[in-house]
Amino acid sequence: MFKIFEPNKIFSITSRAPKYVLILFVLVLSIGLVEALIISPQDYKQSHSVRIMYVHVPAAWISLGIFSSITILSLSGYIFKNNNFFLVAKSLAPSGLVFNIIALVTGSIWGKPTWGTWWAWDARITSMLILAIFYLMYLVAWRIYDDRDKIIKVTTLITLLGIINVPIIKYSVDWWNTLHQPASINILSKSTIHSSMLFPLLIMTAAFALFSLLIFLMKYNTELIKIKNKGLDRL
Amino acid sequence: MYGRKVKLRFFFIVLILLSLILSVFLILKSLEENVVYFKSPSDVKLIGKLENKKIRIGGMVKKNSIKISSNDINFIITDFKNEINVIYSGAVPNLFSEGKGVVAEGYLKDRSYFEASKILAKHDENYMPPEVKKALEEK
Repeated sequence: MFKIFEPNKIFSITSRAPKYVLILFVLVLSIGLVEALIISPQDYKQSHSVRIMYVHVPAAWISLGIFSSITILSLSGYIFKNNNFFLVAKSLAPSGLVFNIIALVTGSIWGKPTWGTWWAWDARITSMLILAIFYLMYLVAWRIYDDRDKIIKVTTLITLLGIINVPIIKYSVDWWNTLHQPASINILSKSTIHSSMLFPLLIMTAAFALFSLLIFLMKYNTELIKIKNKGLDRL
Repeated sequence: MYGRKVKLRFFFIVLILLSLILSVFLILKSLEENVVYFKSPSDVKLIGKLENKKIRIGGMVKKNSIKISSNDINFIITDFKNEINVIYSGAVPNLFSEGKGVVAEGYLKDRSYFEASKILAKHDENYMPPEVKKALEEK
């Protein structure tokens, strides 16, 4: 099974994809930025500082999404003994870390004018910092070990430990008193964000997702070339 | 369809995950006191012995409770069950206003009097343009 995941067949697609993804990314990002910075209204309470949300929230979503994907890939790779899954996971991680850091930094910049502080050790912010540390551990683990079996075991264990933190991040604002406000966008109940602000938020999320896809493809192609150069036709 | 080893590895992962979730749950449950960022006025009422320790109290700024004198600002934090008087001198964040969330950091003088050394505004999850807010208020 998983014949379609043979590296050689994938490479013929992934080596051509980046330029189309790049065009799409630039297009969606331009629309997103115009929507977020110019067309969307200011907030009744926060006025223009609400615009940081259009970077902060998508970045946080993407970093959580990528960590979840890395975990699912690593666990399936371990269960089904498919090494290519680990390579996909490894290539996804850098953009996840970048968006995690963007979420923390923009949160800090947003916190100063609204809450009155750059940083608070509340449950949401601290758990997000822990996620960044897990990303770092994951990426460092790939560099420390030379033995492939060892890399697979260690990185899978890191994702297994880190994934526990993901629901904690999501529900921290509901379970405990935090300085961070609860979620505005709910799937099951009514969202508390006006549609004129929700639209740019979704466009920016799409733009960030495309950026992650672009970085992933470039990183993944590099990994495949590395394997080819080593004279291995399989992982 | 899948081999015995595949099923065993799957079962192994599920067991590890279950034990991790349970242990993290227990740890967080026992640390609840420290995980919460602030206490509500009702929590303050339940404190057994008053200690001279820095704490945070959060809730809503009670409507019409802000009194500004020459160098102090007085207001009441409420969670709609209990209230606590706060005195503070210094600048307040932009979003600090009546009927909105606030977190005050400082020392409890007695069960209904709090001397704050820092004020943080806690904003809620509602985002809307000013016109929509106005329309909602007129309704």
